[in-house]
Amino acid sequence: MKHKKSSLFSKELASVAFKQSFVKLNPKDLIHNPVMFTVEISTTVMLVESMHQLLVSGISHSFIYNSTIFLILLLTLLFANFAEAIAEARGKAQAESLRKTREETPAKILTDNGTLKIISSSELRKGDIFYCEAGDIIPTDGEIIEGLATIDESAITGESAPVIREAGGDKSSVTGGTKVLSDQIKVVVTTQPGESFLDKMIALVEGASRQKTPNEIALTILLAAFTLIFIIVCVTLKPFADYANTPITIAAFISLFVCLIPTTIGGLLSAIGIAGMDRALRANVITKSGKAVETAGDIDVLLLDKTGTITIGNRKATNFYPSKVIDMNEFIKNSVLSSLADETPEGKSIVELAGADIVKYLSIEGASLIKFTAETRTSGVILKDGTNIRKGAKDAIKKITEAAGNIFPNDTDEQVKVISSKGGTSLVVMKNEIVQGVIELQDIIKPGISERFDRLRKMGVKTVMVTGDNPLTAKFIAEKAGVDDYIAEARPEDKMNYIKKEQLSGKLVAMMGDGTNDAPALAQADVGVAMNSGTQAAKEAGNMVDLDNDPTKLIEIVEIGKQLLMTRGTLTTFSIANDVAKYFAIVPALFIASIPALQGLNIMRLHSPESAILSAVIFNAIIIPVLIPLALRGVAYKPIGAEAILRRNLLIYGLGGIIVPFIGIKLLDLVVALFI
Amino acid sequence: MNTEIIGVVGMFIVTLLLAIPLGKYITNIYLRKKSILDFLFNPIEKFMFRISGIDPNKEMNWKQNLTALLTINFVWFFVCMFILMNQGWLPLNPDGNPSMPPDLAFNTAISFLVNCNLQHYSGESGLTYFSQIAGVMFLQFVTAGTGMAACAVVFNAMKERQTESLGNFYNYFLRSCTRILLPISVITAVILIFSGTPMTFEGKDTIISMQGDTVQVSRGPVAAMVAIKQTGTNGGGFFGANSAHPLENPTYLSNMVENILIILIPIAMVFALGYYLNKRKLSWMIFGVMTIGFLLLLVPTIIQEMKGNSAITVMGIDQHLGSMEGKEIRFGSAASAYWGITTTVTSNGSVNAMHDSFTPLSGAFTMLGMMVNSLYGGVGVGFLNFYIFIILAVFISGLMVGRTPELFGKKVEAREVKIAAIIAILHPLLILAGTALASHYAANDTQMGWWFNGNAKGWLNNPSYHGFSEMLYEFTSSAANNGSGFEGLGDNNPFWNISTGVVLLLSRYLPIIGPVTIAGLLANKKYIPESAGTLKTDTVTFGIMTFAVIIIIAALSFFPALALGPLAEYFSMG
Repeated sequence: MKHKKSSLFSKELASVAFKQSFVKLNPKDLIHNPVMFTVEISTTVMLVESMHQLLVSGISHSFIYNSTIFLILLLTLLFANFAEAIAEARGKAQAESLRKTREETPAKILTDNGTLKIISSSELRKGDIFYCEAGDIIPTDGEIIEGLATIDESAITGESAPVIREAGGDKSSVTGGTKVLSDQIKVVVTTQPGESFLDKMIALVEGASRQKTPNEIALTILLAAFTLIFIIVCVTLKPFADYANTPITIAAFISLFVCLIPTTIGGLLSAIGIAGMDRALRANVITKSGKAVETAGDIDVLLLDKTGTITIGNRKATNFYPSKVIDMNEFIKNSVLSSLADETPEGKSIVELAGADIVKYLSIEGASLIKFTAETRTSGVILKDGTNIRKGAKDAIKKITEAAGNIFPNDTDEQVKVISSKGGTSLVVMKNEIVQGVIELQDIIKPGISERFDRLRKMGVKTVMVTGDNPLTAKFIAEKAGVDDYIAEARPEDKMNYIKKEQLSGKLVAMMGDGTNDAPALAQADVGVAMNSGTQAAKEAGNMVDLDNDPTKLIEIVEIGKQLLMTRGTLTTFSIANDVAKYFAIVPALFIASIPALQGLNIMRLHSPESAILSAVIFNAIIIPVLIPLALRGVAYKPIGAEAILRRNLLIYGLGGIIVPFIGIKLLDLVVALFI
Repeated sequence: MNTEIIGVVGMFIVTLLLAIPLGKYITNIYLRKKSILDFLFNPIEKFMFRISGIDPNKEMNWKQNLTALLTINFVWFFVCMFILMNQGWLPLNPDGNPSMPPDLAFNTAISFLVNCNLQHYSGESGLTYFSQIAGVMFLQFVTAGTGMAACAVVFNAMKERQTESLGNFYNYFLRSCTRILLPISVITAVILIFSGTPMTFEGKDTIISMQGDTVQVSRGPVAAMVAIKQTGTNGGGFFGANSAHPLENPTYLSNMVENILIILIPIAMVFALGYYLNKRKLSWMIFGVMTIGFLLLLVPTIIQEMKGNSAITVMGIDQHLGSMEGKEIRFGSAASAYWGITTTVTSNGSVNAMHDSFTPLSGAFTMLGMMVNSLYGGVGVGFLNFYIFIILAVFISGLMVGRTPELFGKKVEAREVKIAAIIAILHPLLILAGTALASHYAANDTQMGWWFNGNAKGWLNNPSYHGFSEMLYEFTSSAANNGSGFEGLGDNNPFWNISTGVVLLLSRYLPIIGPVTIAGLLANKKYIPESAGTLKTDTVTFGIMTFAVIIIIAALSFFPALALGPLAEYFSMG
């Protein structure tokens, strides 16, 4: 996994966002954000009031004061718009860089009369079939229907090692913009132009089809409620003040209102949401909806395939255990002979384990190879002298030996059990129907994986390992790797049933998959991440696609989801906590002129009512750009348990939210006082 | 330590010692476990359900429970209206008191129906014994029972399972009245009778005072009514002077008993929750938050009142007893301050001193108690108000820990937040809008026509900030269903009777409907078992969060209003 470090705003992004900040002043756009919409109304009122002052008294003190407040409110709006625009621009830039890989490329398609014709990739439609050979750039997303090729996917994944993609099976998908390095493939186009996952993602970021997530809706309601409370507070203040003979200026009313409503979170809310999807994209994960990212933060159960996620690739031979009557060297020799022609990773690892010293004297020239079949469930060689060497699972070998009238030795039987209990897999070797011994194969657990599971456990996420191994082996690896549960001898429907069972008890389940037979489970899971190398069916079923094909990516996705919610929560708290100081800045300022005794409430000892109001409004405006980096990066997530996180965030953003504005407004007041 | 302080601390400790076992008892009642009073109440309840044709075992969902609650309340309103408007010719009227005019009857019926007991009349001359018993006292029982039953429905909904059925309102209601309110009231009434409170159906007595004047003394079935008025956070006194009246609250001991009762059931309900859900720690968290809020109001009030009023000190009058204007010498300033705060944080509203005469900051604190309205709060409904704050706190803190917010294994989503937000807004809306209306008329000294005899300023007995406080207090008291008053206000007229009456209705039923609906919706959601990522609600941190939500939503929205009323008065006194 790589993290693309980039500065938060590059110059170009900032200039795009700057322009957008003004475009977004359109009330039609702003109405979706009730908090900022009321700020816009307030700004308009201040504009009218300033104009009024100008007409009545010309360029007077009151005109300057009113128009200053108008300008600060306008800035507040622009800052909020800028936050949203910069988040959009960053997301778009990220998506564009991915999209660049699929610029116009020539595509060789098969015409009706059977000849090849070269057209532009943009002319490809779903269902078209094209050819690619070594050196070609794949013109668009598709699925291989014939052939096998090595492909360089570094343009998308950043991973330089070429990968193999072949027709049939679970690794049949190719992505537009990647390069064929060898061989030739025939590919069917799977998406209409403009409808690929990437296109969908870009649309999400751009806001055209961005929908508020349920959680965002709930928060918007809460913020609207806060706004409403403060409308009530400000409107009723008018008759109160009339009664007390303390006239309050329009500027003071508007300032009190704008300062009290949660503009900070209101201004940053959509930026936070976009930044969440953007962070997912930076992790090379394409999300089909903002909701999926949010749901990821709530995940209770994580289903992980053993191979590739928990263990490194395939099993490796670790030990030779000859049967008691067989000589060790003889046994190793036979094991190697049975594996020399074996192209499977297990076979290769046996040769590796035996060592070059033994291997170099052995040869299988003239021998006939016996490939593994589902029927015999063994593989091996028949040497040219007729010696038949086979290896396979214990049950299969036992059947053959006993059929030949030989007994299966007890010590080997025992050894097989020992290996199983240690989480290993046994390969029993026989020569001419006589058992020679057993080879131990072990899974190699990825370094650092148990720490990651530990981290997940602290987040409250249960990890489940899915494996085709027998229960004994599965249990051993599960314990060693530190997963909480495992599904052994898993068939595709087992995954599905497990997910359903967990969901029935109210849990949210995430899984990663690539195969067509994973598709139902991917669709059933609350968060289904399909690997980009996976089949089209899998990609359609899931709600995220991982471009890196990295099975541990789920862990990162969960953290991104949590960060998204946390950023919303902490900034809401910060925004609301700010009100305490703002009350103490503005309320005395409203009344001091008529009721000097209320100077007692001016605990910050602000210079004058006007400076107090200006300082509060300025603070309210500049806190938005100050917090933009935090909104875009997200609040740091630490797996220290819910209680500890709440304590920490309450201290930083709650208590901080109370104290910071007291200091900020006081400092601003010292400066503002110099000008009035 | 000062004996006055010891008295106050003693009252609180005794309350707590009684509240914990009472909470356990209440839980047993709602869970229908065996209790010692079964032999007495089982047949009575059976009989009542038989004649009313109600099946107490029928499980109802939240909508059915609410319908039952509202229907039964609706009926009571008309019964009470009828009695009040016809009491003149109805029996038990030895003093020959007249029937009530419609606007006052409306305000009184509503006010007792909603457990507020705002009294724009004086009991001695305004009500007959029949009205006191069949109208007022009856409502004092059943409205307290209503609040407790609604609370029991929410308790039931908070259990960790997915369900529609939340128990039977009628059953909760009747059991609350018979097994909780009645026994406590009987014990209290007996203590009061021994302290000297009258319990008679005879009319006014005539005595000759020490100066030799002949004095008519009102009496009646006082002890019985005072008992339930204190127990059920009702607060509507038998006499106009409420518990400052020597026959309603004769001694320091009776004062202690009455004051303990003000907060006894509200606190016991919090502990009942813990026993009911088997979450003892949660009870202590809620109790802790409520108590800290309570103490923040109580301690400065006691200090203010014991210190005396600086304006009186300037006049050269000795104030070593504290600020004694409007207080009874047999209670003293500390016990009066303690009563003042306990009666306002709960929605009781009975008084043993004149709140109008409290020093300005104490006045602000009594108002704050009602503005928050959930530091212990009314019987049953206090917890319901607190529940709204819990929902909001859970939502914000859930986000803060990076998880969709959950309360007891149920996801809190847009719908619940919407309802909670509406209820949270309602309280400031009613108080501020009501006060704004009254201030507007007073500011312009509007000619009020039918609504008020004369110009609007006429209802103020005090000018300036204090007059504003009186209006603010009246609406705050109505919206909190409290019933106490800054009695300087001229409130027995159509304007105040009707405007506060409307506020009373809205502020009683919506804050019951809201929490019950939320609890019902949550109960119907899938239960998610707790995991390491779940935010626990029974912790100190979450308590702080809830407290912060209460301060910022409930208290701070009144800051500008308080600044123009009691705070301006306080700072002006120098």
